[in-house]
Amino acid sequence: MLKDITLGQFFPGFSPVHRLDPRIKLILTVAYVVMLFLANNLVGLAFGILFFLGAYFLARIPLKMMLKGLKPVLPIILFTSVLNMFFITGDPLFSWWVITITRQGVYTAVIMSIRIVCLIAGTSLLTYTTSPISLTDGLERLMGPLKKLRFPVHELAMMMTIALRFIPTLIEETDKIMNAQKARGADMETGSLIDRVKALVPVLIPLFISAFRRADELALAMECRCYRGGEGRTRMKQLHLGSRDLISCAVMALFLAGVILCNLLLPSLL
Amino acid sequence: MPYAIETEHLTYIYGQGTPFELHAVEDVSLRINEGAFVGVIGHTGSGKSTLIQHFNGLLKPTSGRILIGGQDMWAEPKKIRSFRFQVGLVFQYPEYQLFEETVYKDMAYGPKNMGLKEEEIDKRVRQAAQFVGLKEELLQKSPFELSGGQKRRVAIAGVIAMNPKVLVLDEPTAGLDPKGRDRILGQLKEYHQEEKNTMLLVSHSMEDVAKYADEALVMNRSRLYCHDTVENVFARAGDMESLGLSIPQVTKVFSLLKAQGMPVSGSIYTVEQGVRELERLFGKEVHHA
Repeated sequence: MLKDITLGQFFPGFSPVHRLDPRIKLILTVAYVVMLFLANNLVGLAFGILFFLGAYFLARIPLKMMLKGLKPVLPIILFTSVLNMFFITGDPLFSWWVITITRQGVYTAVIMSIRIVCLIAGTSLLTYTTSPISLTDGLERLMGPLKKLRFPVHELAMMMTIALRFIPTLIEETDKIMNAQKARGADMETGSLIDRVKALVPVLIPLFISAFRRADELALAMECRCYRGGEGRTRMKQLHLGSRDLISCAVMALFLAGVILCNLLLPSLL
Repeated sequence: MPYAIETEHLTYIYGQGTPFELHAVEDVSLRINEGAFVGVIGHTGSGKSTLIQHFNGLLKPTSGRILIGGQDMWAEPKKIRSFRFQVGLVFQYPEYQLFEETVYKDMAYGPKNMGLKEEEIDKRVRQAAQFVGLKEELLQKSPFELSGGQKRRVAIAGVIAMNPKVLVLDEPTAGLDPKGRDRILGQLKEYHQEEKNTMLLVSHSMEDVAKYADEALVMNRSRLYCHDTVENVFARAGDMESLGLSIPQVTKVFSLLKAQGMPVSGSIYTVEQGVRELERLFGKEVHHA
């Protein structure tokens, strides 16, 4: 049951997108988000759709995956669309009693929906194609300059790596403890909400204790291997920028330029 | 008399329909008599843990049936909890499931879930504590203050306090020193003899199975390899070794002696039996260290 949780899921592969430098992928993702918010008309947003469709195609990730990821945000999309539709003033298209739908309202609702869909699709591609380890690796390198400000970049990256590493372990552990308590007659499936929350206590306490025990053991194991923070630590796998990374940056720049041009040339409908 | 546990063509498949499909238990049909002490042996990954999780309804068979005391367990899925009270299951490293403030409260968790009265719970908890040799003063302590062996015994007692007709233990001695191990197994054997309940003991140690169990159930590659008395199973030493399972060391020694032409029995499974056999052979009392 708990195995169905997919948090920051990664799909291993060797596509060009998978092999991009994680730093570049992070920057491109940020640039993509900026692009989506810059675009203020449908043609500009079409660039956004085109970009993520192309990226999914190159990454060989089925679009079905993306749709699955969109499911949980569907209520948010609907909510914002409805709000925009009814509450933006302008030329009325339809009106009945106190409800008025304006042309501007519909237009904004469409733009907002497309924007959110692109946002989710584009950013989830990052986790689909980047392993958690290389993601934190890229993050650490990107935040490198912050070290000068005494910001604990390495420690933060290490914490993220460990946290990601332990998600499956803790899920497995939860499953085990739940089974053990069920064998002692715990009833987690029926009863009122309060009963169910109470039934979780016998699972959560052992889980907490085991998490602390694991943390203790891991700290000891790391110290035994002479870990003492990021000072002077070198990497086995160095990150190198290749032509692939340059090309992807150039493509992103083109798309950004396209969006800006659209904004300037095509007058907004609002 | 109905069997304590009976399975008919029990099959369990993990992740059916996904690329990770795994046949963990295949076509297992077995019958366990009431009051039997059965040792369950098999390789890591042979399906024994999956099999025993079926016995108290934690897993639902993909196909096949399980009968507990003659009743089909999954006839009415809503009543599965009542079967969980009939078949107690002690997992590997059960001390990690302790959660209450005091040992007493933790042991009372199972009986309380059964909806028993306060006095009955009290009686059962004290009885279970006695069975596993926990002193009265430990009951009011926090379970997290105890030693590893004590925690293990508290966890086992927590299941015993539910007074199950069948008690299934998955490697109850894993990670304990030889002394703690003999102590727990000895107490379980005593409990079995007093309560006349059915016991299943999953173990890697052939010595333990030979010493404590009457029957042995051997799992191999998700299938039931054989289910017979301990004598008959260990008599097939060659078969067992071809499965990658050992036989007790003392059995090996005596079959080698026999092969060398010594007039000894080839069916010796415990050190005690071996001592008696040597006494018979030399006609005097053998003192062992």
